[in-house]
Amino acid sequence: MSNVIAIIVDGVAYGMLLFLSAVGLSVTLGLMRFINLAHGAFAMGGGYLAVVLVDAGLPFLLSLPIVFLAIGASGIAIERAGIRHLYRRTALEQVLFSIGLALALGALANLVFGPQQQAIQIPSLLSGRVTVLGLDIARYRLFLIVMGAATAITLVCLFEYTLFGARIRAAVDNRRAAEGIGIQVERLFAVTFGLGAALAGLGGALSVEMLGLDPAFALKYLTILLMVVAIGGAGSIAGSLQAALVLGTVDALFKYFLPEAGGFVIFGLLVAVLLVRPSGLRGRAA
Amino acid sequence: MTLLKGAGLAVGPGVRLPISGATTLLFVALVASCFLFPNHLALATQILVLMIFALSYDLLQGHAGIVSLGHAVFLGLGAYSSAILARAGFTDPLLGLAAGAAVPALIALVLSPIVVRGNDFTRLLVTLGVASLVYEAANRLRDLTGGADGLSDFEVAPLLGLFAFDFEGRTGFVYALATFSLVHLALWRVTTSPFGMALRGIRENPRRMPAIGSPVARHLAVAYLLSGAVAGVAGALLAQTSRFASLDMLGFERSAEIVMVVTLGGNGHLAGVGIGAAAFGVVKDALSTVSPRYWQLGLGLVLMASVFLARGGIGGVIERLGRPRRRP
Repeated sequence: MSNVIAIIVDGVAYGMLLFLSAVGLSVTLGLMRFINLAHGAFAMGGGYLAVVLVDAGLPFLLSLPIVFLAIGASGIAIERAGIRHLYRRTALEQVLFSIGLALALGALANLVFGPQQQAIQIPSLLSGRVTVLGLDIARYRLFLIVMGAATAITLVCLFEYTLFGARIRAAVDNRRAAEGIGIQVERLFAVTFGLGAALAGLGGALSVEMLGLDPAFALKYLTILLMVVAIGGAGSIAGSLQAALVLGTVDALFKYFLPEAGGFVIFGLLVAVLLVRPSGLRGRAA
Repeated sequence: MTLLKGAGLAVGPGVRLPISGATTLLFVALVASCFLFPNHLALATQILVLMIFALSYDLLQGHAGIVSLGHAVFLGLGAYSSAILARAGFTDPLLGLAAGAAVPALIALVLSPIVVRGNDFTRLLVTLGVASLVYEAANRLRDLTGGADGLSDFEVAPLLGLFAFDFEGRTGFVYALATFSLVHLALWRVTTSPFGMALRGIRENPRRMPAIGSPVARHLAVAYLLSGAVAGVAGALLAQTSRFASLDMLGFERSAEIVMVVTLGGNGHLAGVGIGAAAFGVVKDALSTVSPRYWQLGLGLVLMASVFLARGGIGGVIERLGRPRRRP
């Protein structure tokens, strides 16, 4: 029994990583109708940056906010330089551009860091195990769950209860009217895109310890990130969280009990959800 | 609505050959390459395979407007089907080609309800998801597919019982050229038929087509099935002429490549797509022998640039050259 609970904790921790990496994708798709297949590349960039910073002697916990800010800034730069020209283009053009970006960044990582797996040194505070409510849990898993939950609460508050969130919701519902009352929609999109990239970077930095990191990372996890968005519904933060937790837990359980069927079950779940609710669990009608 | 592209080469009043001027040039170049580069027939055959694959995807993306990130699944399934059949003792190449078309068509038939019903985003997701599933399944079923090592222990019987596949690849080249010609002719016929017109209509205005009574879902499903079958033919041809079927034929990079080839060649322009595929094959062969990593970097950069620079692709250029006065 405690074995099953340990696996579920593993799955929830994995789900939190998926949530961090996918929520930005969900927001950019829901708010800007932009299909960003390069989103996993932001997570990969965050992972590599964290590895470099920790190797240079910086403490792991201090490297996280630096990764968050740096990847967020590069996200804004990429949005300003290329992606903002694509909001009104066809899905095909968005796909071509973002797949190209993901391939190019993956090849760049391969050229700079080589094809091997990267490892990261986490502090002793986060390694080892701890007993919570009679359960023996790895500290790092617990740390991931706390980080994910804190991010989810912060994001919901940001979008539901602040002026910034209200502006974003207004711009989504009616861009023209929002611009008419003086909301600078262009700048809003850039900041939102940067926030999504920053969260993905943070997710990537946190996932090195648990999932590993190599130049194929961006494309390897792209499918499951897209699944989180599709099941959760584009633009919904609570939906992304639910979908990520369900997918993470189901994945962990099947990998343990029925390893041959792992990916197939997840995909079956996706098809079932899309057939019943084409716009996701919490999706707005597109 | 664009003008009907590639509507045939006029050879007299009211008489049109079922190929366009650009396609005629393409065929002349292909036949000539056989005599000009007799030592590079293996590469020429691979390029023909890429051209067939590109034509199959063009039917989907260029004509029906469905973007897929997993079209290589059908290529790989075609390759594995013919290779597995040959391993089981059925070595006739045409039988292998038929199996290579049938299996992917069946898979496309199963998948079409979820592909057709979705919007662009769910289509991307479903095709990407199916691709990773099929890849994983092929990797796990080692007994059937050889896993990461691929399949190479199969024979291919002489074509029509007469022409053995020789070491220089002459039979392979002629076989591929004949298949390409037939596929090109068939797709030309399909895309200029009322069905092809309906596909264009769906791509241009998905709301109006159902309003005039066009069975949109059925048309898209048929296009998906045909496209899968033709991609399977390309895969079977690839496996038979290279005596090899491997996981990379199913891989994501192949799928991304073909999206790029069709876009650079010009969506919905058969001749442009054919020329684009040929050019891509030559450049890839030259660059990837230098370094695969730089090749991937270059592929990514070209994809990004193509969105801003190459609107209409090679087909668009041919159009503008062909009708200078009609377009202001």
